[in-house]
Amino acid sequence: MPVNETLSNYSDMAYATSVVIYIAAMLLYFGEFAYGRVATAARTREAALVGAEKSSEAKDVVGHVPAQPKRPLAERLGGMAVSMTVLGALVHFGSLLTRGLATGRVPWGNMYEFGSAICLAAVVAWLIVLFRQLRNARREATPAQLRGLGGFLMLPVTLLLFLSGTVLYAEAAPLQPALQSYWIVIHVAAAIVSSGALLFAGVASVLYLLRCRYENNPLKMAKFGSRLPTSQALDRMAYRATVIIFPVWTFAIVAGAIWAEAAWGRFWGWDPKETCAFIAWIVYAAYLHARATAGWRGVRSAWINVLGLAVMIFNLFFVNLVVTGLHSYAGL
Amino acid sequence: MRDHLTTALAFLRNTWRGLTSMRTALVLLFLLAMAALPGALIPQRSLNRSEVDKYFQQHPDIAPLLDKIGMFEVFSSVWFASIYVLLFISLIGCLLPRCWEYYKQWRSKPVRTPRNLGRLPHHAEKTLDDTSVDEAIAAAKTRLRGWRMVEHTEADGARSISAERGFLREVGNLVFHFALVGLLIGLAGGKLYGYEGQVIVVADGSEFCNSGTYNYDSFRAGLSVDGTQLSPFCVKVDDFDVDYQPNGQVANYRVGMQYQSGEGLETNTWQPYTLQVNHPLRTAGDRIYLTGNGYAPRFTVTWPDGQQRTSLVQWQPMSPQTMLSQGATKFDQPGVTDEVQRRQSQLAITGLFAPTAAFDGKILSSGFPDLLDPTAAIDVMRGDLGLDSGRGQSIFGVDQSMVEQGRLNRVARENVRVGEEIRLDDGTTVRFDGVERWANLQVSHDPFQTSVLAFAVLIIFGLGTSLIVKRRRIWVRAAPHPETGESPAARTVVEVGGLARTDQAGYGEEFARIADDLLGADVDHSPQPRADAGTARERKS
Ligand code: HEM
Repeated sequence: MPVNETLSNYSDMAYATSVVIYIAAMLLYFGEFAYGRVATAARTREAALVGAEKSSEAKDVVGHVPAQPKRPLAERLGGMAVSMTVLGALVHFGSLLTRGLATGRVPWGNMYEFGSAICLAAVVAWLIVLFRQLRNARREATPAQLRGLGGFLMLPVTLLLFLSGTVLYAEAAPLQPALQSYWIVIHVAAAIVSSGALLFAGVASVLYLLRCRYENNPLKMAKFGSRLPTSQALDRMAYRATVIIFPVWTFAIVAGAIWAEAAWGRFWGWDPKETCAFIAWIVYAAYLHARATAGWRGVRSAWINVLGLAVMIFNLFFVNLVVTGLHSYAGL
Repeated sequence: MRDHLTTALAFLRNTWRGLTSMRTALVLLFLLAMAALPGALIPQRSLNRSEVDKYFQQHPDIAPLLDKIGMFEVFSSVWFASIYVLLFISLIGCLLPRCWEYYKQWRSKPVRTPRNLGRLPHHAEKTLDDTSVDEAIAAAKTRLRGWRMVEHTEADGARSISAERGFLREVGNLVFHFALVGLLIGLAGGKLYGYEGQVIVVADGSEFCNSGTYNYDSFRAGLSVDGTQLSPFCVKVDDFDVDYQPNGQVANYRVGMQYQSGEGLETNTWQPYTLQVNHPLRTAGDRIYLTGNGYAPRFTVTWPDGQQRTSLVQWQPMSPQTMLSQGATKFDQPGVTDEVQRRQSQLAITGLFAPTAAFDGKILSSGFPDLLDPTAAIDVMRGDLGLDSGRGQSIFGVDQSMVEQGRLNRVARENVRVGEEIRLDDGTTVRFDGVERWANLQVSHDPFQTSVLAFAVLIIFGLGTSLIVKRRRIWVRAAPHPETGESPAARTVVEVGGLARTDQAGYGEEFARIADDLLGADVDHSPQPRADAGTARERKS
């Protein structure tokens, strides 16, 4: 099937646009993070914990209180950051959609498209967490604190998108024979969703480690640490994201094995990508076990989660680009 | 003596306990991940032998050392095996007592209502007017349908319910871990009883039968496979189609073939099949894959005495993009019985083959992978091919030591297109007749594959269940209001307390809903502002 050049050009334009929007969103998040008044944030958090005051305070925290005299600048920045993120995600989705339409196949047939889709998954995971937390009766962080995470998630996302769009960019083209299978929809989609969610979890764990340093000694990183959500909230976000996605990740690997049985003649052969997927799986399994083992909760298990993210990123870049294996067709 | 025995027993017991503790399992998990890492970083013999050879050339100092400790065969090394064997012993040691414990828990009743529900992580309380203790308890029982429940009546006239839910979590957990063990057994079975062979079949109606390992170009047998009992079937490769995109990328491979197995073998009937990437042929318990392809040029040699020989031998693609190939087609002069004379008159046609000729000066290269302008750049060598030397030699080249010793000499070098001919000094002619495609077929057999798949599915479901289901408890106590005496209607103090038994955030929402239903919407059921409402399980471990 021939590639539709017009659509593919639209896709590239949407891609570039979404990167610009994301960068703007990131700067806005960081703006709120840098100029937000810690005192307000701290006060609202206390309020959230002390039940009696909670309901009254909580309402104006949600943000759509009508005639509040003047919303502080920082909070307005945060609100804009979220809107920009939503807009960016829509444009980004449009970019993937048009590429899929241009080529008449799933838009994740090479590393450029795959990297792009992972980033979209991470952004969507972030938006889901954000909106769920805001609706949650038992809120663990103020919206301002929560949005503090946004910039730190957008940072790796924009970096990854930038890399994908420049170094890894590939022209829209049909799939090669090895990839012509419905398993590309199943296996790769599961890999994308899990990679995106695990990216979010990893960022939450990194921030958890930083926040812990601050909580253990409030003099350390006083400005930075105090603006983050509590360590407990960060830990829980990381854990929940990992717990939800771990079965999906397992499924992605099993689906890969089923596909490999049809494509490569064996379901498992310790190909570099398979080995790395296995290692990442073990590390995340260790993370879940560590969370249930006395003496390993908290900082130690957060480090394991960060290690898991490192293995995932290694798997994405190093194994695709440096090592030659059966997955290399997916390369550039 | 007795002392020694007790010490030894104590040692054994402690070792066992240590091995089966969660912490050990964690450490072993990490070790396993670390041990697998070199498998991704260092080339592995089982995957890519030539990469290993290259590594030896590039790092002559450390490669032999790495080889000694098994770094090129990580996944069949002793240390890798010992880690996972220990891990699985630890796993089984963990699992068996847990099954028993789970069984006991399942048989036992939910624990009694704690005296002070206010100290639980989740708590709500309200005084309900116009409700008697019995009514409150009955309402709670209806609301908690589906929970395991027991009722207690307390000394001061209060009644309480303790309820528990989420036993599936532990079931899922056990299923997951047992399935891991099952998966490992399935893998081991495959290693014992599986086999895998590679064979090149030229797409001109050539046949291949799975009747013995000698029919294969290479064969990897499982530990209990001796090659005498391969699944019987035959295949015949009729044609091979490749569709190319304009840029030379392959759009599609299609192998037109026929096969016979089972009854078909007895009646000698052939079934047609189109073999494609991602669509292996499954028959007789084996799978047949298309794993590679290339070209086989056909040459005819005519000796001065009029004798003729034609040969069709696969050449090896050097680049998948252009399919420029190299190879050697070897001939013995027919009718020569004298050994010495024979070793002076053997011929080899070696060189390059391009499906679409493109010249780089005089050097042949290929411009496109399809057969648009097939051309061969060949050296004709005459002399001793060294075929009787007892040394194995590549089918894609000549023995260079024969060339170096001057026993094999070049007698012509030319570029030939299909139909063209070279005349040698002694009058022998070499004609390039045409080209066929060949397919590399892989035959695989693994009788344990389905059970591995079944265990993998169990692993996913077990994981899902054990991570999503929450073990949680709820207690409801209804007591008559102390000041109930003056009012005509009954007033009842209803208290609800909740505890998540497992490390799982999110119980709060469910608790809130139940509390709302039992007490009315306007109660306060916030979690206790405790640093980290530790769960029962944590405190125990
Ligand atoms: C046991 C077998 C397999 C395993 C464990 C496996 C594992 C993975 C993993 C972990 C990813 C995510 C990559 C990353 O994060 O960098 C991935 C992506 C992918 N896999 Fe597989 N896979 C297997 C089999 C297959 C097969 C048989 C095919 C196709 C013939 C395939 C095609 C792909 C593609 C196209 C991607 C997208 C990645 C990219 O474009 O770089 N996989 N696989």
